[in-house]
Amino acid sequence: MNEFLPSAIQLSYLTASALFIIGLKQLGSPATARKGNGIAAIGMLIAVVATLLDRQILNYEMIAVAIAIGSIIGAVMAQRVEMTAMPQMVGLLNGFGGAASALVAVGEFWKYLDGAEFVPLSETITIVLSVLIGGITFTGSLLAFVKLEGWISGSPITFPFQQPFNLTLLALFLGAGGLLLINPHNTATFLVLVAISLVLGILFVLPIGGADTPVVISLLNSFSGLAASAAGFVLMNNMLIIAGALVGASGIILTQIMCKAMNRSLANVLFSAFGSAKTISGAGSDTAGDRTVHQIDPEEGAMMLGYARSVVIVPGYGMAVAQAQHTVRELADQLERLGVDVKYAIHPVAGRMPGHMNVLLAEANVPYPKLHDMEDINPEFERTDVALVIGANDVVNPAARHDVASPIYGMPILEVDRAHHTIVIKRGMNAGFSGVENELFYKDKTMMLFGGAKDVVEQLVSSVKEL
Amino acid sequence: MTEALVTGLVVFTLATFIGFEVINKIPPTLHTPLMSGSNAISGIAVVGALLVAGEENWNLTVILGLIAVILATINVVGGFLVTDRMLQMFKKKEGNA
Repeated sequence: MNEFLPSAIQLSYLTASALFIIGLKQLGSPATARKGNGIAAIGMLIAVVATLLDRQILNYEMIAVAIAIGSIIGAVMAQRVEMTAMPQMVGLLNGFGGAASALVAVGEFWKYLDGAEFVPLSETITIVLSVLIGGITFTGSLLAFVKLEGWISGSPITFPFQQPFNLTLLALFLGAGGLLLINPHNTATFLVLVAISLVLGILFVLPIGGADTPVVISLLNSFSGLAASAAGFVLMNNMLIIAGALVGASGIILTQIMCKAMNRSLANVLFSAFGSAKTISGAGSDTAGDRTVHQIDPEEGAMMLGYARSVVIVPGYGMAVAQAQHTVRELADQLERLGVDVKYAIHPVAGRMPGHMNVLLAEANVPYPKLHDMEDINPEFERTDVALVIGANDVVNPAARHDVASPIYGMPILEVDRAHHTIVIKRGMNAGFSGVENELFYKDKTMMLFGGAKDVVEQLVSSVKEL
Repeated sequence: MTEALVTGLVVFTLATFIGFEVINKIPPTLHTPLMSGSNAISGIAVVGALLVAGEENWNLTVILGLIAVILATINVVGGFLVTDRMLQMFKKKEGNA
């Protein structure tokens, strides 16, 4: 019996790991995704129950209370969150996961302190690593959350000698880490390590601007997985290592996809403070001074849309902020009633996190076969009568194709300027996230409809109804 | 101890490759649910937290462990539930289409 229990726990962990892999696999297709999520959740349940059987665990009452508190908070958050706020939610959860992993490492350190026995070198190394990754994930995610919530400005925050300062901190961390290896019982050194990790997380997210949030969220997602893995190394628990590695890999893949969609390297996203005042002045913005825009009113817009054969709607984050997705679907319904072929073109970085726009439109009951990825839809714009851009900016800027001086040069875009006509619904002439002027607005074929996305689309709907 | 570390590295490396293989080629439609779902899996730190929090006597380790249990549980429960909520919308829509 004494031999049986530990093996049973290990086998349960193996089962849980397998269920995580199957679950992730099934998350990859719309038909099986929900089941996949459920399978992963069952894996987690098995892992938790198996752990509770461990003989190390003695104070069940407090643990039950802690699990209850966590479950209630988690369930309420999941129920209450708006779909537009999904990036914040994921950011916050990443942070909690990272914090938990770091706390596990800190707890293990204190256990060694009490024991005052000899601490193996590998143990100290994994604890230090775990504290570093977990700490960065925790404060980095919290700052990303605060930025996304709009509690502080989303624009990049920089200060002089930022990079040298960060490097110095990192060097300090390595130095202190080395000290701890020599004297593993030095609490002061350990606390310095914890503090530096937390500060590094903030410094890491601080200079990253709003346009790059999808990358940061993906990267922090990856970090939260690596943090769990690191905690797994501290406890020498294979399941933690496996589950963490899976999440780490998934986050890295999403990060790469996002970087590719913006034609930027990860290093560039992390260190260039893209979109800060400095970058914009460096851009060869041939000022818009004497160029004119064609402005139309909603009635004219409705005529163009209603009598078109094909319309491609390009939703951007502006649409989501205005909560206009339901009205947009209504417009599409009305147009389809008139026999117009309506499609949606989704840029990979539309919204604030990977796939965000798809979720927002799904919430508004837009059937997902109508949503088209950039590669699919771009060849179709030439045959499209009207491209309707709602609250998107940088992702439709033709400068990305030809203006070498533009900061967004080389970024793959939705080629709405190739459509016969383009209608742009926009609040005003402000530049996009990247701070770049959009030449699309000055083209002859482009009509501007100024106003809040929701108001304008509502007016379009009522005008189209009268056609 | 070092041997265990090496075993851990082997497991980590192989799991990372599996992760890359399994998640590659996922359609953009599902990127957000994938992220929130995998996010919930990273709450596996709850297992580590339980082990740390499990000691009988009250001390700093147990308190830190219990805080970790709360945070990781929020991560797990919130992550799985919100993913399910999102995927439910995808499903409903599929029926309409």
